[in-house]
Amino acid sequence: MRHGVARFVTGFLALPVALYLFYVVWPFAQAAGYSLTDWGGYSDSQNFVGLDNYVRLFSDELIRKAFWHNVFFLVTVPLFTIALALFLAFLLNVGGREDRAGIRGVFGSGIYKVIFFFPQVLSLVVIAVMWQQIYRTDGQGLINGLLIKIGLVDADNPIAFTADPEPFLGVPAVLWWLLLIAVWSGAGFYMVLFSAAMQSIPKDIYEAAILDGAGRFHTFFRVTLPLLRDSISVAWVYLGFIALDMYALVFVMTPSQGGPNHASEIFASVIQFNAFQKGQFGYACAIAVALAIFTILLAALQLRITRRERIEF
Amino acid sequence: MSTVTHTSGRTRPDTEPPSGPPAGRRTRGAGNGLGGRFFNGFSHLFLAVWAIMVVYPLLWVVMSALKTDSEVIRKPLSLIPEALQWDNFARAWTAGIDSFFLNTLLVLVFSVSLTMLLGSMAAYALARYEFRGNRLIYWMFLSGLTLPIYLAAVPLFKGVYNTGVSLPLLGPNKHLMLILVYVAWSLSFTIFFMHSFFRTLPDSIAEAAQVDGASHTRTFFSVMLPMAKPGLISIGIFNVLGQWNQWYLPTLLMQSVAGEPKHQVIAQGLIELSVNQGYKSDWSGLFAGVTMAMLPVLIVYVVFQRQVQSGLTAGVSK
Repeated sequence: MRHGVARFVTGFLALPVALYLFYVVWPFAQAAGYSLTDWGGYSDSQNFVGLDNYVRLFSDELIRKAFWHNVFFLVTVPLFTIALALFLAFLLNVGGREDRAGIRGVFGSGIYKVIFFFPQVLSLVVIAVMWQQIYRTDGQGLINGLLIKIGLVDADNPIAFTADPEPFLGVPAVLWWLLLIAVWSGAGFYMVLFSAAMQSIPKDIYEAAILDGAGRFHTFFRVTLPLLRDSISVAWVYLGFIALDMYALVFVMTPSQGGPNHASEIFASVIQFNAFQKGQFGYACAIAVALAIFTILLAALQLRITRRERIEF
Repeated sequence: MSTVTHTSGRTRPDTEPPSGPPAGRRTRGAGNGLGGRFFNGFSHLFLAVWAIMVVYPLLWVVMSALKTDSEVIRKPLSLIPEALQWDNFARAWTAGIDSFFLNTLLVLVFSVSLTMLLGSMAAYALARYEFRGNRLIYWMFLSGLTLPIYLAAVPLFKGVYNTGVSLPLLGPNKHLMLILVYVAWSLSFTIFFMHSFFRTLPDSIAEAAQVDGASHTRTFFSVMLPMAKPGLISIGIFNVLGQWNQWYLPTLLMQSVAGEPKHQVIAQGLIELSVNQGYKSDWSGLFAGVTMAMLPVLIVYVVFQRQVQSGLTAGVSK
């Protein structure tokens, strides 16, 4: 039986492991290696330069920009998406009548859930191309068109959206416009997630709260929200990953993929810029390794913060 | 609630039996009363506004796809086209969307089934058998979840390019290559998800199957895999959507090297149409392209919305 097990395990693991090693692990390992060289990407000549690329990282103006833009998304994307999703879930579930203790959706909550979930099944690319048309900088765009029509925006001086590098609250306007898209496309999914979590909270907890005289706001903030802690922290981690990967939006929607004038650079676009436009593969790999370390530290940090005993019911 | 009225009814059974339950309901109703109704109105208002914000842009894209080009420019906001221009779809379809769809389907049929098969096989072996290196392999797969794909981009392209020199079918711009790359990159999450799923299945059934003389392989395919069906559906939906929406890997790898036509998949093709503005003078055609990429997924979602919603949220909360 024992050697049977060995053969079986090998048979089941060989192909997946081989594929994974070849297409995922090996490229990552190579990237780490290239990051120590001055390889340009096109020629075969490469010299070992040690940690020079990493030293250079710290004085690179573009990297510093990209870093802060990533941090901006890391804070705002989860914050706004979760706040909106919670608010929608609250309206959807707690807004309903409470006379039978426990959570029951408002009238039509099923339909709302179906609609709010729409953006989740759409590809980020479809969303980006669609918003490109919504954000058009002339009267043909959906938003500018509407605002010009009701007279809020001057037709000769429309909103520039993702072509606008001017800072708003200290952050280039283009980033805020990208943030809006991210929140628009994410809120529905997390609302459904939170709704499901709310509905799995047993009804007797609510009965007890109502018997104690808690109103619906009290019930929400003192009972529901603490019990949702698990789902919220999971959402935070996932949205963190999404925030680090806003590249599809930057790629499709901003002028020269990170512009205007580098106002919307993020790590991914800087890597792409250095590797394919400046032909500095070695340096691009060093940036990518730095990003990987940053991501792993962040993931570890998030897991550490959000770890807490589970409440089972 | 029902217990409350019940006890109050029993303490004073004779004095006022009929007014007991309604009285209880009235006090509760007063608590919600005017404020409650106002709150419900507010709920509906806000929910409706958000619903419109989600649906309106989608509807606008679909309707713009049915307008003439001059109408898109003249009356960009109207949701009702003057006359339905179905030929926008025909034009966009023949301008490239047809081959995008074909390539995507060709790749996805094989990549999703292979991901599911290899992913659950590996997850099963890792979850239910103890052997040296088990943890190492598991963590190797798991680490792929945190590493940014951009890090691997350059070496991955180079690796694929070099493979293509000796094995042309695995070179850049080849369907088989893209299938294998999709599978490799989807394994991490699939294994992570199915691993926890196989862990929860009871040992007794697998043991019973082996006592009956089933081999390990047979136990997996005829007993354990059918039992994991709910998990397979979840991760299957996740992979279909994920690979359908994948744009970075194809943009990187489906490049024409020797000048032959590119085998673009749908997300990649749409990006290129829009970034390169191949449709620059053909807005209605671009809208038609986006509509065709969007509607099939939306229709499948509306039909299977319960499964999709629970499948995707289960994928996250595992």
